[in-house]
Amino acid sequence: MPGSTPASLSAEAPAAVVVPDAVATPTATAARKRQRFSPWQEAWRRFRRHKLAVASAVVLLIMVAAIVIGPFLWTVPINEIDFAAKLQGPSWAHPLGTDDLGQDVLARVLYGGRISLAVGLAAMFVAIFVGVLVGAVSGMSSGRLDAVLMWLADLFLSLPQLPLLLLVIYLFRDSLKAVFGPEGGIFVMIVVVIGGLRWMPAARLVRAQFLSIREKEFVEAARALGASKVRQVVQHILPNALGPVIVAATIDVAAAIIAESTLSFLGLGFPPDIPTWGRLLSDAKDYLDIAPHWALASGAAIFLAVLSINFIGDGLRDALDPRRVL
Amino acid sequence: MSRQYLIRRLLLVIPAMLGISLVLYTVLALAPGDPFGELATNPSVPPEVAAALRAKFGLDDPVWIRYVRWLSAMLHGDWGFSFVSRMDVDRLILQRLPTTLLVIGAAQLLAILVALPVGVLAGTRPYSVFDQVANTLAFVGFSLPTFFTGLLLILVFSIQLDWLPFVYRADIDATGWRFYWEHIKQSIMPVMVLGLFQGASLVRYVRSSVLDVVRLDYVTTARAKGIGERKVITRHVVRNALIPVVTLVALQMPVVFGGAIVTEQIFRVPGIGSLLISAMLANDTPVIMAVTFVFACLVVLCNLIADILYAWLDPRIAFR
Amino acid sequence: MAETLLDIRGLKTWFKTDDGMVRAVDGVDLHIERGETVGVVGESGCGKTVTARSVLKLIDMPPGRFEDGQILWQGRDLIPLDQDEMNQVRAREIAIVFQEPMTSLNPVYTVGEQIAEVMALHQKLNRKQALEGAAEMLRLVNIPNPQRRIHDYPHQFSGGMRQRVMIAMALSCRPKLLIADEPTTALDVTIQAQILELMQEMKERFGMAIMLITHAMGVVAETCQRVVVMYAGKVVEEAPVRELFGSPRHPYTQGLIRSIPRVDRAAKRKERLEAIPGTVPSLLEPPPGCRFAARCRHATDICVRGMPPLKEVSPGHFVRCVL
Repeated sequence: MPGSTPASLSAEAPAAVVVPDAVATPTATAARKRQRFSPWQEAWRRFRRHKLAVASAVVLLIMVAAIVIGPFLWTVPINEIDFAAKLQGPSWAHPLGTDDLGQDVLARVLYGGRISLAVGLAAMFVAIFVGVLVGAVSGMSSGRLDAVLMWLADLFLSLPQLPLLLLVIYLFRDSLKAVFGPEGGIFVMIVVVIGGLRWMPAARLVRAQFLSIREKEFVEAARALGASKVRQVVQHILPNALGPVIVAATIDVAAAIIAESTLSFLGLGFPPDIPTWGRLLSDAKDYLDIAPHWALASGAAIFLAVLSINFIGDGLRDALDPRRVL
Repeated sequence: MSRQYLIRRLLLVIPAMLGISLVLYTVLALAPGDPFGELATNPSVPPEVAAALRAKFGLDDPVWIRYVRWLSAMLHGDWGFSFVSRMDVDRLILQRLPTTLLVIGAAQLLAILVALPVGVLAGTRPYSVFDQVANTLAFVGFSLPTFFTGLLLILVFSIQLDWLPFVYRADIDATGWRFYWEHIKQSIMPVMVLGLFQGASLVRYVRSSVLDVVRLDYVTTARAKGIGERKVITRHVVRNALIPVVTLVALQMPVVFGGAIVTEQIFRVPGIGSLLISAMLANDTPVIMAVTFVFACLVVLCNLIADILYAWLDPRIAFR
Repeated sequence: MAETLLDIRGLKTWFKTDDGMVRAVDGVDLHIERGETVGVVGESGCGKTVTARSVLKLIDMPPGRFEDGQILWQGRDLIPLDQDEMNQVRAREIAIVFQEPMTSLNPVYTVGEQIAEVMALHQKLNRKQALEGAAEMLRLVNIPNPQRRIHDYPHQFSGGMRQRVMIAMALSCRPKLLIADEPTTALDVTIQAQILELMQEMKERFGMAIMLITHAMGVVAETCQRVVVMYAGKVVEEAPVRELFGSPRHPYTQGLIRSIPRVDRAAKRKERLEAIPGTVPSLLEPPPGCRFAARCRHATDICVRGMPPLKEVSPGHFVRCVL
């Protein structure tokens, strides 16, 4: 793809779209000037140009800090039932109001954040781990194994995610509960299924990286020096695939958070007493007319988290992978 | 498009169906316990019927025989009987499928009608104010979970403004125009929720596809021929930009079905999505299996339509 | 009396980039008379393509801009024209053929439709007439079976045939000037000859002028009447073709000519292939003096200090060098 226009327009004005060849080959002095920046610093510099992405990073950091440290500062218990205070709007005692049992919404939202975060990160790790593994194996082997794995990836891509997720939960709910306990069981199941349905993009990226780099000179050189296959992979090929994989990982976190919230909203995720964001929203929907603050707070939490992750992902894409325009 | 291509593509449906059904069946087979255990304890189910069901689903035969039998049953529309709803599952699904298809179809249409012009405009004026606003709105659009958007719309349009009903009723006692009008009124919000969510990601796809195409040589050739810029965009750029978008939309369909399930739940639309949820809550296994199977078939169908559209748009494909 | 069709005076086309202003074309004078073939040579990045595209204003204007100069077409400056006015000039007066036939044609429309499009636009034909005209153009460029081929898509043609289609499309409205931007670079050598022959034939038939941009000196020697040599955004030498090859005055031109592989000489004297050492300077901050100085074996202090002006050393022969 000619040119290196950042696709996202949260970046500032772009480099020339049609640039004469001479610019692509700077003189020695210009090149020396730029060599002071390592690829990571270059990426950071590009990321910083995205005002929205940077702002989102700040927002996300604040959210994560609030979620992790918040409960230590805001010690109102999440399940302190107080019928006298039920369905109250925001106040000093309850900044986000109370729900139908008088429980503090802020405390519950903070707690729910921990679950969403945990699920998001865990599912992402599963997806990336499986994806990188499959992609590496596929990229390194030729012919049949590669074809089979890619066929498998195509197959998984056409699976209807939510119905399948629901199906798995329905079938395995009880047995997992027996092994891991009610929350643990659901957690494991959600993480494994969500992650297991999202490994395909990462696998494709890694495989593509392998196919293009496998024949490149520095890998040939390493091979000539007797580096073992594993060493080649780890030291030379994987680092180059890192950029697009990081971008895919960010998107995976956002998708996982949405998936878990959706499940909880439908009443089919974590047990009902656990205040995940989706569950909060589901409980709040029946009181939409008299206590909208409840639904708004819960929904806004999901929205802000996902939105900032998406913007960050966009910024990362332009920072780490500027040539792709999607 | 050559007939060979069409036939070849239709034949590809078979391995696709096999693959997906295999996955479904594997999940079912791996499930511990007896999926029909609930039925055994259900007092309204006579034991010999339960035993007949077990025999029918061949729960005691080797796995692959069970798979083949299950698959052929599924393909024949022999989906069993729902004790919860007291009717054959296939009739139950067929009753509710059209509603789902209508909502999804209308939503897709809305998404395309909005996203196409916005995406093209944004792509042809990159980094302009319009582009920045459109892009940010798009991000907001697909970061909002469908259930939240749905609730927000209900809050605004039903509760605050009281313009639209938020519970879908299939049995509206009215005739003629009023009947259609009532139906439309109650469909607006679910369609909007789904459509805007889809439209948001579609805008980004269209935009980046347009960005890709606009810098290609043949666009410069078109300009060099003295064709006005607007015609260059509509005749040369858009047609080519749509090609990858079609594939992407098809790949998105599994996600759309998820959104449809949620939307049907919120607005109580009587489609197969809400059927799936209520079946899960009621442990109605045959219905769950059948609905999941139907969704899988729909995905295969959508991929087929996408490939055909793709070949129709891009003459290079069909001639292989 | 030769009539000057195109007169580029002091053209400066610059591009705004993150790293600064790229001076792709930095003060170029070039003129083309009716019916003559002018070759524009130079290595990649010297500004010849940008010059060509500037004439038809096919440059993306946000990063690119016309910093200075005029492009006079039959006496009328094209630079201030708006898009509508420009569209009257494109294809009808001046047409352009690009380097990459593989990507220069729209893959989703038939070849006939694409040629008919430009004919219908400029000659006010209806669809049927335009398609017939398209078939006629295909016949003219020696594509067999033109009536059938107009319904074929670009991917059904080979590279050489696609270039013929491009030429047919460009000539369909009988322009007075054809700009050919490296029309044969992407093609096989045997096809190259055919295309050049075709262009010659078309030129004779329609009496049009050709601006042939290339980096192959051999092609220039065969087809052009006058040659303009460009380097780093400026014209460094300009002469009638025989004189350029016979007595090149600029060291760069000399280097270009010397670097043409000569099988006969090499066989006799076992010469090494001569290359010009060094690389093209950056167009971001061009050195103040002669831009070739860094690579020139005859460079002196004067060369580095100031840009030498274009001097006429013999009738019609201009050189930008202090030697």
